[in-house]
This record gives sequence, C-alpha cells and structure tokens, in this order.
Amino acid sequence: MTMTQPAMTTDPATDAVPGANDVFTVDGLNVFYGDHHAVSEVDLTIKEREITAFIGPSGCGKSTVLRCFNRMNDLIDIARVEGTVRYHGVDLYDEAVDPVAVRRRIGMVFQKPNPFPKSIYDNVAYGPRVGGHKGNLDEIVERSLRDAGLWDEVKDRLGESALGMSGGQQQRLCIARAIAVNPDVLLMDEPCSALDPIATGVIEELMKEIKSEYTIIIVTHNMQQAARVSDRTAFFTAEIDEHSGQRRGKLVEFDDTGSIFSNPGDERTEAYVTGRFG
Amino acid sequence: MHERQTVSLDTLRARRGDDAAGHVFFVLITSAVGLAFFMVGAVGVDVVVEAWDILTERLWDFLGSPSSADEAKSGVSQGIRGSILIAAIVILTFPVGIGAAVYLEEYADDTWLSRLIQVTVRNLAGVPSIVYGLLGLAVFVKGLDGLTGGRSVIAAGLAVAVLVLPVIIITAGEALRAVPTPLREGAYGLGATQWEVIRTQVLPAALPGILTGTVLGIARALGEAAPLLVIGAVGFYTTGNQDFFEQLRGAFTALPMNIANYARLPAETWRGHAAAASVVLLILVFLINLVAIVVRARISKRLGR
Repeated sequence: MTMTQPAMTTDPATDAVPGANDVFTVDGLNVFYGDHHAVSEVDLTIKEREITAFIGPSGCGKSTVLRCFNRMNDLIDIARVEGTVRYHGVDLYDEAVDPVAVRRRIGMVFQKPNPFPKSIYDNVAYGPRVGGHKGNLDEIVERSLRDAGLWDEVKDRLGESALGMSGGQQQRLCIARAIAVNPDVLLMDEPCSALDPIATGVIEELMKEIKSEYTIIIVTHNMQQAARVSDRTAFFTAEIDEHSGQRRGKLVEFDDTGSIFSNPGDERTEAYVTGRFG
Repeated sequence: MHERQTVSLDTLRARRGDDAAGHVFFVLITSAVGLAFFMVGAVGVDVVVEAWDILTERLWDFLGSPSSADEAKSGVSQGIRGSILIAAIVILTFPVGIGAAVYLEEYADDTWLSRLIQVTVRNLAGVPSIVYGLLGLAVFVKGLDGLTGGRSVIAAGLAVAVLVLPVIIITAGEALRAVPTPLREGAYGLGATQWEVIRTQVLPAALPGILTGTVLGIARALGEAAPLLVIGAVGFYTTGNQDFFEQLRGAFTALPMNIANYARLPAETWRGHAAAASVVLLILVFLINLVAIVVRARISKRLGR
C-alpha cells in the first residue's frame, strides 16, 4: 500500500492513477421502490471539479441515481438501494454513515425553485444555522449570494421574503443557499426546467464559474444544456420489463460530453442525441 | 370537404337553454346559502330581542353577578368564569393534540397499527359528547378525584379537552400533510435533521391550518353542555371564601349550563336571562376565535402567503 503512495502524489490530476480524483464511485447500483425495480446495475465514476450531466428520457432513473448521492432516497419509505456508492472511498450506505452529515457535504438544487417562506437572508443562512454555525453569518450570506451572482440584485432587500423574487432569482437563491454550507459536491436535479431561456443561460454561466470549486452533477432533459455545460455525460434509458411491464432505468453510455454527442458508442445514445427518440 | 365557416356575432352568442342544469344548480345553492343566512339571522335577532332588556338595563350587573333566585339580581359571572377556565384547560391540552399529530404524520411508520390509530382518532371525533361526559365521570371525577376534587371545573375541562382532542389531531394532521414536499426536501438537502426540518419548516408552514383546528376546537369546547351535565355542573352555588385553587376543585358551572338552567325555569320572566346568557356565550366564542384568527393572519403574512 505505502509503496504505491509516491506514484499517487507525483501526478494526482491525471487518470493514470485511478481513484485519485474520483469523488463518487458507483458499483452495481440498483434502486427499488417497493416492488418496482427502478434502476438497474449502474456503474460510474464522478471526477472532481467537473460537471457531469445525466441525460435520458423520462423514467430512465437519472434523478433516482442522483438522489442516491446524498441519500435523499432515504426520505421515501419504500425506497431501497443495493450496490455501493463510494464517496471519496467511503461507502455512503454504510450503517455508520449519518445522512445528515452526508447532505452537509453534498448539496442539492431541485427541479422547481423551493425557497423557504422566509427572508432572502434567512434562506441563505438556513444551512449554516442548522449546521451549528454560531455568530455572524453576514459574511457567509454575502459571499454565497455573490458566488451565485445574485448579490447586486438583492443586497438592498435581504430582509424581504424570498417568495417575492422571480423564478430565476429564486433558483439562484437556492444555489446560494446550497453553497452557503460550503459543500464539496452540488447535485442539480433539472435546475432550469421551470425557468425561461434567459434565466437558464444565467444559471449555466454560473455553473461554469463555480465548477472550479465544486464537483457538479446535473440531471437535465435538455440535451443542448448538457452539451453546453458538462465535461462528461451519462446517457440513461428506460427498458420495459417483460414480466411486470414496468420501466427500469439503465445506464447506456458514459463518456466525455464531446464523444457522447459527436461519436456515441451505442446506437441508442445516437438515436437520443440526434433527436430520433425521447 | 371542409366548408369555410361563416361567423357572425349571433353564432358566438350563448344559446337559450345551453346551460339549464347549471342555472338550476346555481339557484339551488344560492337558496341554500340564503336559507343558512336566514336561520342564523333569525336566531340571532330572536336571541338579541329577547335579551334586549337585560343587555340594555343591567349589562354589567348581569355579567358580574352570580346566579340568584332573584330575577333582578341573577347573572352569569360564575358561568363566564367556568367557561373561561374550561377553555383555558382545553387550550393547555392543545400541545398534546398537536404533538400526537406530529408523531402520527412525521414519525410513525405506515403500519397497520398506525393506520388503526388514525382511523380510531377519526371515529372518536364523531362520538356523541355525552359519551365523553360519562368517560369524564368515570376517569376524572371518580378515578382521579384526588387531582380533580371530584365534580369540579378541572374534571369538566379535562373531559371537554378529551372530546376536542380528536378534532385537533385530525386538523393538525391534515395541515402537516399539506406542507409541500419541496419545502421539506430543501431543508433536508441542506443537512437539517428531521427535528430541525419539523421545527423550522413544517410546523411554521402548518401553523395556520393547525390554528384553524384550534378555533373549531375552542368553539366546540365552549358550546358543549352535555358532558358538563354528566360531570355535574350545578345551577346555583356559593364559593364562600375559597381561594382560587380550592375553587378549581370545587362546584362549578358554565355558560351553556346557565342557559339551560334559565331556559327551563317555568316563569316566562326568565326567558330574557337565557337569551342574554346566549349572547354572552356567542361573544365569548367570537372573542377567543378572533385572537386565533389574528394570530393566524400574522403568521401567514410572515410566511409570505
């Protein structure tokens, strides 16, 4: 073990040493909702400080897989996860792992902007407060709002309700709220699906700016969005189970975004990215 | 194939009889509303007219005097006091009901046992109030007489509280269930624990709905006469020089009992007393509810809705 150590430290950024900059390693992941086998046998590796996009038709399990990364599926009584999801080498589903501690490191932005019915300030301060942060939060609030590109728009009305903001502003507030706890990873579940093209563009620019600090995984229905922002893309599809007739999500192909869109290895990927189905 | 249509204003006009059933239905529901208003108005006017003499001639004396055999002196001070004490005891038990609702909705697993409890709570809300009177007689008057002092306002308050609890649990449970999932997920996603999510997001968002339930509960608690009858509210009593705590464990009455007692006296001259006591009860219910409604409005406004 220790003998291989020098090799890792000399060149940590390349793929030459597998695992050195892997944030998540997923191995044989299966997800069930009661009797429904929703996701089957997913293997993939998420690299540090990259944007990874999950694309695929509805019901292909991409959001379900995303929600395994911060144990959000725990909130659904009937959900069951099999296989391993390693986060920097630690099995996230180990009995000793507290989902609350996981979610403090792995933040999430949801499909519909879901600001709390509180002031803009209190929305951003919520995470640090429940995380036990005592004392002055002004600095954290300002920095988070600046990082989310929202500071100049809201600095004079931090005490006003977040519900009075536009949809795009609300979603950027949710991003600010997520990064206020200084997470390692940001999971984004179709963050632009409720937004207009201009607000979408703003969020995409924001993602590119903050990816130097965060590992980002984004689920999107919008192939152009995946092509624009992501470094690597995973294409999922849904298969109909012959016996039950239920849809089961599968990972078809996972590669550099350029390859997925210009030179896909699987004909189903090609059919999807060229718009022939989905 | 498909001919070009000619359109004039007449073709776009509503046709006679197009929505006859809708119009009939509208008339029916409007008359139902009208009838309801008429009934409430008729009762209100009738009661106020009957009570007019007492309310205008000796309002403060009526509010401040105990029951008496003397028409000119008899009042409802003991009833007001009893009703307010009963309402206070009921309000003190609201956290129990809200806590039960939080447990059932947020913590309990969806098992046959928790479903059985849910169904039972719903059924309890429909149990006639006199049955709760019997329960109160057995448990609070006889069983716990060391605490309640027997046929006391404490026993009555607890019996009425048990009667109101199912209503509180059901309405609070519905308010909790109505809290949107994205709100919970947003808080969980930031690393909040279950209790933090409940305390900082779920309960504040559900509070307006919970308060609606408490308004209904208080109104019901104040209006109940049947359980008090079984527990043993009395028409006339004297407190002598008992202190507050002795009085809590002593003889009591309440406004619904005042009304019943005045109304069943044979002499026509007591009708005004019954009516005036009814007006006092209605105003008391209204005042307590007003507080809850103001609180609810303020919370809703703070939540930005």
